Amino acid sequence: MYQGIRISGFGGQGVISAGILLAQAGMTEEKKVTFFPSYGAEMRGGTANCSVVISSDEVTTPIVSSPDTAIVLNEPSLAKFEPLVKPGGLLIINSSLVNSKPVRNDINVLYVPCNKIAGELGNVKVMNLVALGAFAAGTGAVSVEAITKALPKIFKKLKPEMIELNAKALRRGAEIKLN
Amino acid sequence: MSEKKLMKGNEALAEGAVRAGCRFFAGYPITPQNEVPEYMSWRLPEVGGAFIQAESEVAAINMIYGAAATGTRCLTSSSSPGVSLKQEGISYCAGSDIPLLIANVVRGGPGLGNIAGSQGDYWQATRGGGHGDYRVFVMAPYSVSEMANFPHKCYETAFKYRLPSMILADGILGQMMEPVEFIHPEIDPKSLEEPEWAIGVNKGRAKHIINSLDLREGMLEKMILERAKRYRELEGAEVLYEEKLLNDAEIALVAYGTSARVATAAVKAAREKGIKAGLFRPITLWPYPKARLAELASRIKKFLAVEMNLGQMVDDVRLAVNGRAEVYLYSRPGGSVITAEEVTAAIENIVKNGAREYAALK
Repeated sequence: MYQGIRISGFGGQGVISAGILLAQAGMTEEKKVTFFPSYGAEMRGGTANCSVVISSDEVTTPIVSSPDTAIVLNEPSLAKFEPLVKPGGLLIINSSLVNSKPVRNDINVLYVPCNKIAGELGNVKVMNLVALGAFAAGTGAVSVEAITKALPKIFKKLKPEMIELNAKALRRGAEIKLN
Repeated sequence: MSEKKLMKGNEALAEGAVRAGCRFFAGYPITPQNEVPEYMSWRLPEVGGAFIQAESEVAAINMIYGAAATGTRCLTSSSSPGVSLKQEGISYCAGSDIPLLIANVVRGGPGLGNIAGSQGDYWQATRGGGHGDYRVFVMAPYSVSEMANFPHKCYETAFKYRLPSMILADGILGQMMEPVEFIHPEIDPKSLEEPEWAIGVNKGRAKHIINSLDLREGMLEKMILERAKRYRELEGAEVLYEEKLLNDAEIALVAYGTSARVATAAVKAAREKGIKAGLFRPITLWPYPKARLAELASRIKKFLAVEMNLGQMVDDVRLAVNGRAEVYLYSRPGGSVITAEEVTAAIENIVKNGAREYAALK
């Protein structure tokens, strides 16, 4: 089993924390994991991205150049990461913010209105967890339970009610199925 | 800690140093190693240590030169341009027989280069970027766990043989996160015996002078030869390497650090294509595992060095095999990441097409 993931969005959308959560969740399921952030000259409002690998074997390269799954949370990320997805791979699009449509027809596409769902839950900040829920359900690479367990380990300073809200967003995201 | 913890390479290195008894850090910020000083700034006060953000890299290396002269386990960290600035200090530490640890989280060079991971500082690390006849014990981690556990070996070796030690990582290892397990028992520096050469407040003890200068006729040579003896002992006893699938190999890849991870994937891909490839991974870069490579060259006739530079470690491979095998190079400089596919293609080209030269240089 090997799953290479790229997550991309605006700085502040929780791209990096989403990646770390996935790695932590994979680790609790006894899988080999790596996380690698883009650490270029990032600026506020600019685009951030990260690579995550969840695998049953040792991970050789932490930088995912052709992802099995790309999660794009904003418009510029679609143009950058759609071309990289492996044929037959999965593209998760935050349809609340991304208006363009992907051009490829050799990949699976999952439209997730992350901001809308997070807004309904009462806090748009948890939109990244909606995307992770859709990822867990869509790929099976890591379980919703494992991500839920990872929440308090990664968000150490978060109040219990915020942890619960994140978990709720995760479960809502997991309800979104492919076609 | 028996439970595995997800950690960033830079933080793992910092925590590993603290657990290995480090109680003083001085450094100056530079990407991609900033998490090391950031971590030390809160962690060292927790264990009664001291953290200083120095005014420059030159100041930082000289601060730990002074602190290490008291027998304290010290660390400075930086990235390539900053490590260049430290070279004078490293030469002085070597000339004064001072054990300490320098971490270089290498970025693209020369000059300011870029902030991507690179292996362009191999020559500087292993040949001594500073002046004079000296050596530095250099270890090359290839995982976050090794980032965490190598400071222990560096301090042990540096104090035993009295020389500076270095961890040569790169931006990828510094920035990536992986599960970490600390394998060494935590060291309380108070439990360590004060080295017999240490300076400091200790009434009733003979006067010690830490100095690299000796103008007396013939005395410098004597001092250096005495040091060279320790270098030879170290070379005989402290070489570390790892071998993967070399028993039946027709081609051996030679790679350290991040390149060794990529090479591991390439070896696997080549085996799936029916090519018997294996990997030799030097863990100590000085001393280089040249004796073992020479042994391997008696039955493996093709070696492929894989590096993130213009080709630096390949020199050591050539010196080790000494004409008994063909030595090839696949490398990319400037902080560009080598992919397993590129390396696999290089292996195929060498084995199947009998390429005489192979490099990324086109």
